Amino acid sequence: MARKVTGAKTAIWTAAAWLVGFIIFFPILWMMLTSFKTELDAFSTPPSFLFFHWTTENYATVQERSDYTLHAMNSIITAGGSTLIAMAIAIPAAWAMAFAPTKRTKDILLWMLSTKMMPAVGVLVPIYLIYRDFGLLDTRIGLIVVLCLGNLPIVIWMLFTYFKEIPKDILEAARMDGATITKELLFVLTPMALPGIASTLLLNVILAWNEAFWTLNLSTSAAAPLTTFIASYSSPEGLFWAKLSAASTLAIAPILILGWFSQKQLVRGLTFGAVK
Amino acid sequence: MGSITLENVRKSFGSADIIQGASLEIEDGSFVVFVGPSGCGKTTLLRLIAGLEDVTSGQIRIDGADVTDVPPAKRGLSMVFQSYALYPHMSVRGNIAFGLKMAGMPKGEIDRKVEGAASILNLTPYLERKPRDLSGGQRQRVAIGRAIVREPKAFLFDEPLSNLDAALRVQMRQEVTRLQKQLATTAVYVTHDQVEAMTMADRIVVLNAGRIEQYGSPLELYEHPANLFVAGFIGSPKMNLIGREVAGQFGAATIGVRPEHITVARDGEGWEGTVGVAEHLGSDTFIYVDVPQVGTLTARTVGELGIRVGERVRLRPDQRRIHRFDTEGRALAA
Ligand SMILES: Nc1ncnc2c1ncn2[C@@H]1O[C@H](COP(=O)(O)OP(=O)(O)OP(=O)(O)O)[C@@H](O)[C@H]1O
Ligand SMILES: [Mg+2]
Repeated sequence: MARKVTGAKTAIWTAAAWLVGFIIFFPILWMMLTSFKTELDAFSTPPSFLFFHWTTENYATVQERSDYTLHAMNSIITAGGSTLIAMAIAIPAAWAMAFAPTKRTKDILLWMLSTKMMPAVGVLVPIYLIYRDFGLLDTRIGLIVVLCLGNLPIVIWMLFTYFKEIPKDILEAARMDGATITKELLFVLTPMALPGIASTLLLNVILAWNEAFWTLNLSTSAAAPLTTFIASYSSPEGLFWAKLSAASTLAIAPILILGWFSQKQLVRGLTFGAVK
Repeated sequence: MGSITLENVRKSFGSADIIQGASLEIEDGSFVVFVGPSGCGKTTLLRLIAGLEDVTSGQIRIDGADVTDVPPAKRGLSMVFQSYALYPHMSVRGNIAFGLKMAGMPKGEIDRKVEGAASILNLTPYLERKPRDLSGGQRQRVAIGRAIVREPKAFLFDEPLSNLDAALRVQMRQEVTRLQKQLATTAVYVTHDQVEAMTMADRIVVLNAGRIEQYGSPLELYEHPANLFVAGFIGSPKMNLIGREVAGQFGAATIGVRPEHITVARDGEGWEGTVGVAEHLGSDTFIYVDVPQVGTLTARTVGELGIRVGERVRLRPDQRRIHRFDTEGRALAA
């Protein structure tokens, strides 16, 4: 039976939903606003919301003091590279676990996830030493490896859950129709799992882009991605809120734009199992 | 061509022996039906023939060639799944054409064949639709179209009609039979519906707990069940099975009489009993009669015979149609 929905109720719920949405978005909005303030305005109490002296000088200073393009380039290469490698490993792994499971498949999944249960800082020293001895500190390849390994368990888990939604019958039908494994993967499995694959890819890019623990600890300048670039503005010289905000805005801008354009795919993928 | 031979095929999942040594000879062009109770291994045996499951031991041959280790894609069989298993992202045309594309057939020829299959199955108006926009019966036809267009050595069907309503099931049953005769392609068909088995099959395989109980034509199974299981399984209502002294009089451990082979009368010869339940179906009436020393017997009478519950009746089995079984349940020669 359909519920009766009155106009007033709808209005209240709509307003409440917008309010919650606004609260969630507020930190990002505040950061963007602060990036256009002078350092003095950024500190003032009570803070001013819109009526302050708007300036773009923070962006100019940030550009002058550090090489945004280099860091952005590093972010793109490390986030993109680690994601692609992770997907190349995870897709076959997840197929195998979803469609040809053994008695130990569940255990392996849990075991993979268990590596994420240990705090990263617990293995910082050994990894740092290994990286130092192999000359991987402050290299893009070093960051790609650590980001890829860090996200791999989550990528495999996500793909596994999407793949499990695909009825095995359909893959068997393809096999009966004479499709080889490659063709079955290419023409039947991939198109059916596309929303899931796309959203896993996007989420992994976002996670890798914002990863700060390993990137801050294993890179300093040459390979440093945008996270290091932001961190350099909360340094010993004291806090510069406005410049920190400007740097952060610059750092998240690419991922925000990417997220905006792919939101339809992202939502479709994340709710893939729910609406069949 | 499409003869299929199973030689002592076994299949275990872990420690469970699901198929316990099946040997079977399926002739080219015949329609063979697997029946049996739920969980007896019908689907498993079909999937072994398809190659979707690996045999634990034994051999499977198609047209004399050993295919035991040949992957499903290379066996040249096609399968219609109970769930239809259509490709959801492809149109009806794409679904039917998929197998031909995999075989690398030129586009013009594919179109011609797809349209031919579609017109046989009345699917022409729906060729550009996606499976989700079709009714259950239409999806079923697409699944069949996908199977026939490839001109396989044999069709494998796993309860293809069980998701359809009763009327459509009868119609599709006839269409499938007609199509199979027309194409003269071997068909192996799994069902747990006796009526489907009896009406469609050239030969029936009765399976029970992973074993083949009997393999024969529908009439053979009806007239000469090899054992108690087949006797009880084939025929509706079930054959009456009588043990104890009564069977002893016939020199058997158990005797069986079908309800349609018992004459009901108000007096005269025969077993005397009281009618417990009477089911009036219009054309037929089934009565359940409690006979002292013998048990409850089912008998079929014509609809008009006004027999009421509580009435005393005489039951006379047709002496020539009494089945005799030994202590192990095997049929004794007449
Ligand atoms: N992959 C599997 N792993 C373990 N056991 C299985 C597997 N597939 C089937 N079985 C078991 O094998 C037995 C036979 O199954 P099968 O599906 O062949 O039965 P069926 O005769 O087709 O029954 P139904 O009429 O209900 O479809 C069942 O007991 C089932 O639990
Ligand atoms: Mg089955």
